[in-house]
Amino acid sequence: MSDDREFGFSTRTVHAGCRPDPTTGARALPIYQTTSYVFEDCEAAAAYFNLQEYGNTYSRIMNPTVAAFEERVANLDGGAGAVAFASGLAAQSAALFTLLRPGDHVVASKALYGGTVTQLKHVLGKLSVGLDFVDPDDMGAWRGAMAENTKCLFAETIGNPGGNILDIEAVAEIAQANDCPLMIDNTFATPFLCRPLDWGADIVVYSATKFLGGHGTSLGGVVVESGEFNWSNGRFPVIADPSPAYHGLAFHETFGVYGYLMKLRAETLRDLGAAISPFNAFLLAQGIETLPLRMRQHVANAQAVAEFLDADDRVGDVSYPGLAGSKYHDLAGKYLPGGCSSVFCFELPGGREDGMIFIEALSLFSHLANVGDAKSLVIHPASTTHRQLSDEELAGAGIGPGTIRVSVGIEDAEDLLWDIEQGLSAIGAS
Amino acid sequence: MDVQKYQDPDVIRRTLERKRIAIVGLSGNELRASNFVGRYLLRNGYDIIPVNPMEATILGQKCYASLKEIPGTVDTVDVFRKPDAVPDIARDAVGIAAKCLWMQYNVISPEGAKIAVDGGLEVVMDRCMKVEHARYLGRMHWLGFNTGRVTATRN
Repeated sequence: MSDDREFGFSTRTVHAGCRPDPTTGARALPIYQTTSYVFEDCEAAAAYFNLQEYGNTYSRIMNPTVAAFEERVANLDGGAGAVAFASGLAAQSAALFTLLRPGDHVVASKALYGGTVTQLKHVLGKLSVGLDFVDPDDMGAWRGAMAENTKCLFAETIGNPGGNILDIEAVAEIAQANDCPLMIDNTFATPFLCRPLDWGADIVVYSATKFLGGHGTSLGGVVVESGEFNWSNGRFPVIADPSPAYHGLAFHETFGVYGYLMKLRAETLRDLGAAISPFNAFLLAQGIETLPLRMRQHVANAQAVAEFLDADDRVGDVSYPGLAGSKYHDLAGKYLPGGCSSVFCFELPGGREDGMIFIEALSLFSHLANVGDAKSLVIHPASTTHRQLSDEELAGAGIGPGTIRVSVGIEDAEDLLWDIEQGLSAIGAS
Repeated sequence: MDVQKYQDPDVIRRTLERKRIAIVGLSGNELRASNFVGRYLLRNGYDIIPVNPMEATILGQKCYASLKEIPGTVDTVDVFRKPDAVPDIARDAVGIAAKCLWMQYNVISPEGAKIAVDGGLEVVMDRCMKVEHARYLGRMHWLGFNTGRVTATRN
């Protein structure tokens, strides 16, 4: 019987969360494009709204297509379950909102996606939650930032865009010693390359828009929780105490390992409302079916591109952690043995002007602001996303005037190297 | 201790097929986990027998003060009590010839398990009957929980 077997990762990317439809036999994941669901009778309706039974009520809170996508990600990450949202930032803010209350404090890595930095700084501030950024490589800094009211540690598996690899196990130990959950943004690695819950993290968040979906067609985000954190340790009354928003239900006591996830869905998603569309969930679940195939090609191509750039004396530093000379090489070997994904930066010594010449000479890399697409992408932060900053301000953000960020796709590596050579040659010719 | 040996999917599925369940420690408070589980099992076709000396009826079912007072046979004894209460409950479960002693989340009792196994019962430990029913026969996947199930069969 298949319930006794531990299936492999690739098998689960194709099957987890999507059994044949019991009513129609449909083998593909059906798109349940419906807002609401007819109740069997009044007693069933009451049981669903009281959370006494698993039932569909309204698609802002749950939807069968979305649920298949959620279970697929939870299964691949080894979590108790998952809740999907309209975007990665919606997922992240909901994950934090569920466990925080005014007066709490968060410690976050300072090597994060810019959108996350803005969210943490401004949204947490508005909620009267304190925040400290620390150097993610410095365990002393993490320990030193912990305060009586610290309720969450936050970092990325692979920092965006500098390529810092987090020592997840060491930071998880600090979190555990302080009765705090560790939340990891695993967008770049995906569960194929790294499963943070296996190293002691408690919550994993994704922008599914990126590598999980892989096609660049659909926004979506997802939160996975281990079910193992003790929310009844006295520090999280917001989860453990009877909820005034749910007729006095004590989520952790009543639902045990599913308590946080139930609260995240039945309160945070219900009340903040950033629900993902069933169609997007379908496309993202479909994308995951090819995740292992794509990630192997992303990693192989990124390694080839990084080594090509690293060996070229027209190029400065290359931040890919998969390079033998990277200071993160050992951590990469431990946490990302299958490779370091495919987003990284390199420096053009000529600064802003050379950055723009390089980008404009490319014809296969797409010049846009996204990562994790099957297509290769490139951006020059100093002339686009960070255009208004002075060179000094750029340096403060860890970006040089000649920094180029690439997201290496799954095309033929020879074609990508040809395109990069076009860009580098154009600098020399100008 | 190794609780995993008491979480065998075959034992769990076999136990879920048997319909008469005594719930020891079932609470009349509808916000308590035991009440959620009892109500769920009742609505999913099981006979529920509350074992609670403090109440007359719970969820519309007559309460008994102990397992030994229940008339007729009992298939499964589902326990929502502190671990140190389990050995006595296990002895009673053996005495009434139940088929399975089921301990809910955080009810960890190696001693109780040994008494039950020695008395010929199967044992499930640190698992929730509602969750396991929802995993194998119900709708746990409707809320994005990880059932751990992978199958290309229709049922």
